[in-house]
Amino acid sequence: MLTLIQIELYKIFRRPRTYIAFGAIAALILIIQFGLKLDGKSYSDFLMKDIGGSMVIDGNIINGYLLCYIMLQLLLVHVPLLVALIAADMISGEANMGTLRLLLSKPYSRTELLLAKFLAATVYTIMLLIWLAILALFLSMWIFGLGDLFLMKSSYVVLINQHDVFWRYAGAFVFAALAMVTVAALGFFLSIFAENSIGPIVATMSFIVFFTILSTLNIPTFNVLKPYLFTTHLISWKEFFDLKVNDANEAIIGSIQNPQRIITSALVLLLHIVGFVGGAIFIFNKKDVLS
Amino acid sequence: MYKIFLLIVGFQISIFVQGQDMTALVMKVKAKLDQVNDYEADGNMKTDVSFIKAPVGKVKIYFKKPNKFRLKKEGGISLLPKGGVSVNMSSVIATNDFVALAAGESIVNGTTCKIVKLLPINEASEIVLTTLYIDEPNLLVRKAITTTKENGTYEMEMNYGVYAKYGLPEKVIFSFNTKDYKLPKGITLEFDDNEKALSDAQKLKNKKGRVEITYANYIINKGIADAIFVK
Amino acid sequence: MQQIVRVTDLTKQFKNLKAVDHLSYTVNEGDVYGFLGQNGAGKSTTIRMMLTLIKPTAGHIEIFGMDLAKKRREILRNIGAVIEKPDVYKYLSAYENLQLFARLSGIKPTRKQMMDQLEMVGLAQRAEDKVKTFSQGMKQRLGIGIALVHNPQLIILDEPTNGLDPQGIADIRNLILHLSRESNKTIIVSSHLLSEIEQIATRVLIIDKGKKLVEGNATELLDPAQTIVELQTLDNAFALQQLQLSNWTDKIQGQRNNTIVIKLDRKEIPALHTDLVNMQIQLLSLQPRHSLEDYFLQVTSGNQHVDTYTN
Repeated sequence: MLTLIQIELYKIFRRPRTYIAFGAIAALILIIQFGLKLDGKSYSDFLMKDIGGSMVIDGNIINGYLLCYIMLQLLLVHVPLLVALIAADMISGEANMGTLRLLLSKPYSRTELLLAKFLAATVYTIMLLIWLAILALFLSMWIFGLGDLFLMKSSYVVLINQHDVFWRYAGAFVFAALAMVTVAALGFFLSIFAENSIGPIVATMSFIVFFTILSTLNIPTFNVLKPYLFTTHLISWKEFFDLKVNDANEAIIGSIQNPQRIITSALVLLLHIVGFVGGAIFIFNKKDVLS
Repeated sequence: MYKIFLLIVGFQISIFVQGQDMTALVMKVKAKLDQVNDYEADGNMKTDVSFIKAPVGKVKIYFKKPNKFRLKKEGGISLLPKGGVSVNMSSVIATNDFVALAAGESIVNGTTCKIVKLLPINEASEIVLTTLYIDEPNLLVRKAITTTKENGTYEMEMNYGVYAKYGLPEKVIFSFNTKDYKLPKGITLEFDDNEKALSDAQKLKNKKGRVEITYANYIINKGIADAIFVK
Repeated sequence: MQQIVRVTDLTKQFKNLKAVDHLSYTVNEGDVYGFLGQNGAGKSTTIRMMLTLIKPTAGHIEIFGMDLAKKRREILRNIGAVIEKPDVYKYLSAYENLQLFARLSGIKPTRKQMMDQLEMVGLAQRAEDKVKTFSQGMKQRLGIGIALVHNPQLIILDEPTNGLDPQGIADIRNLILHLSRESNKTIIVSSHLLSEIEQIATRVLIIDKGKKLVEGNATELLDPAQTIVELQTLDNAFALQQLQLSNWTDKIQGQRNNTIVIKLDRKEIPALHTDLVNMQIQLLSLQPRHSLEDYFLQVTSGNQHVDTYTN
């Protein structure tokens, strides 16, 4: 099995397409960092517009931690596509290239092969997240310095002490990795139904867009579904950045407002991963390979 | 007719005398505060505003006569009420151009205080009215309510300790009105259901905000560079 | 002689098509076994079932004496295959592809072994070149190299000369013969070209519309002395029944267009005629058609359909 995983990783990282994702992330992040370095004041003024009526902010809002938060928001839209580029290509790409029949006539079970492919896609996804962390967090910290993290939710703002931030990012990135692996699992599942890569990639993104819309809309009929949609839980990494307050309305350092939500979301995502991958293995084991 | 004239003059004189008394009192308080040319202190700042979740922050406070004031959270962000940035008394009564009127007495935190209304003479002044609650025997301002043109009304309540002889408080509670805060969920990208942290929001339903600063370790009159006050 | 492959009653029913219909055959050790049939006859489907790419609807496959359904891993370890057009990873070089598939087959050859392998298929000079720069023939040769890298006992080549020029075809043919004679490999080669098969095969299976037409020793089958006769009788069912009970039973091939097809030596035709009369089969016509080769050519070129006779 380890040999299989190594071979799959080898194939992924020898393929030029793989590096598009890393390049895209770097480009996105560097552009944002460049823009904010040039004109961070306008952006912070814009951010402060809504509370500037009552409060005045003293200190460096546009610091490395805030930058990283802004970039993680992009996860919702861009990184899933980059993950799908590889994950949704895992089986369909082989079928398209004509190599699937050769792979499946080797002395490995289809289950082993699929698991190895999925694990390789998972490693790729995690490496993408690590790359994101290096650029979005560490590079931002280096360029913009450290400071308290000032975040604006829809009905309140949160100020987190700079010494209380880093571990939250560690948790958030781990959660984000789980979220992206869920996207990879969906792409992987769709990949078994096609013999070209475009179909599953587009289908994966379509599912995500569609379910994200359902997750966002506040229509009572759809509210019933929301807890079960994985897109609702993809953004639960944000829960790491909300504090509990005590009776005196003092934010409690080191606390999380809704730790249960993080756990629930993680479980829902894990279930989806198991469902997608399990489903893929089950269906693929029954499939006749005609490609 | 003459009697009415005497009445009016007498009234004016009594007001003048009373006014003079209040001015004198205020000037005495000011003189006490004027002992301090500058100070540097450590502070703990608690923010209690309906839409802000902030932990208690360690801050440093700097003051230099006549009205240079800076509250700084080292490497951090501090949120201060708008307009009331000069959270200190010296700035409030820094000017000589005011009319001080007596407005009775009140008990603040168990201390009987004289209420003095300060009206700035200068019409261009940002401050419209300041109401001081002065602890006359100790020449300390226990409470001040300031109404400004641009930034509404805010209230400061002072508690004194070992630095009372300098007129420097141990704790200042700053209360002010807050405007509504709301950002569209589309910007914040939240999909939250309606039962988001309502328990917290509930307890912060009032539209008043409070900032409480506890002072300690004053370093008084040791000299502070102007550069500190430059943001 | 050891049976390497034994297939019994193999059937594959797709939605609207019975691609393989109760096919049975055996491949012996050392055979170069020719799988012959027109396009769409069921050759590739049969090969894919042997490689577990497709699940049979019914039937049984035994390879190396083991049940394929139960001992898949052990069996596949010892098989090398080229399935239709051999496709490899175009973004890797020939060497890298070979190395990758060698590892998948469970071996870690040295660089020298790899280069020897590439040398054998004539690609040593292009070892480091990306496969996307290769011609079809070169890809075909690489595919064969990949099939052989782990030194399998059984080699399955599905249309190995597709897309090759005459020199390429000759090279592949020589390679197959070399493997058979020098290394005693068992090789199954499928093709729709009789001319290819007859030059290399020791035994032949001809299939049409998923059914076996004939199986046997290539030399015998393609012997010009052998011929096909078609019998037309008043009552074919009775005739078939009688022939079954006679000495001619092994020579019956099947029925076609209301005729009974029998394969026999030319010299036996008079004897057949006599026996038919003795069996009171009311003969309408007895037509020696053509040589076996011509017959097979016609069948495999799609001009005719033959209903096979099943016991």
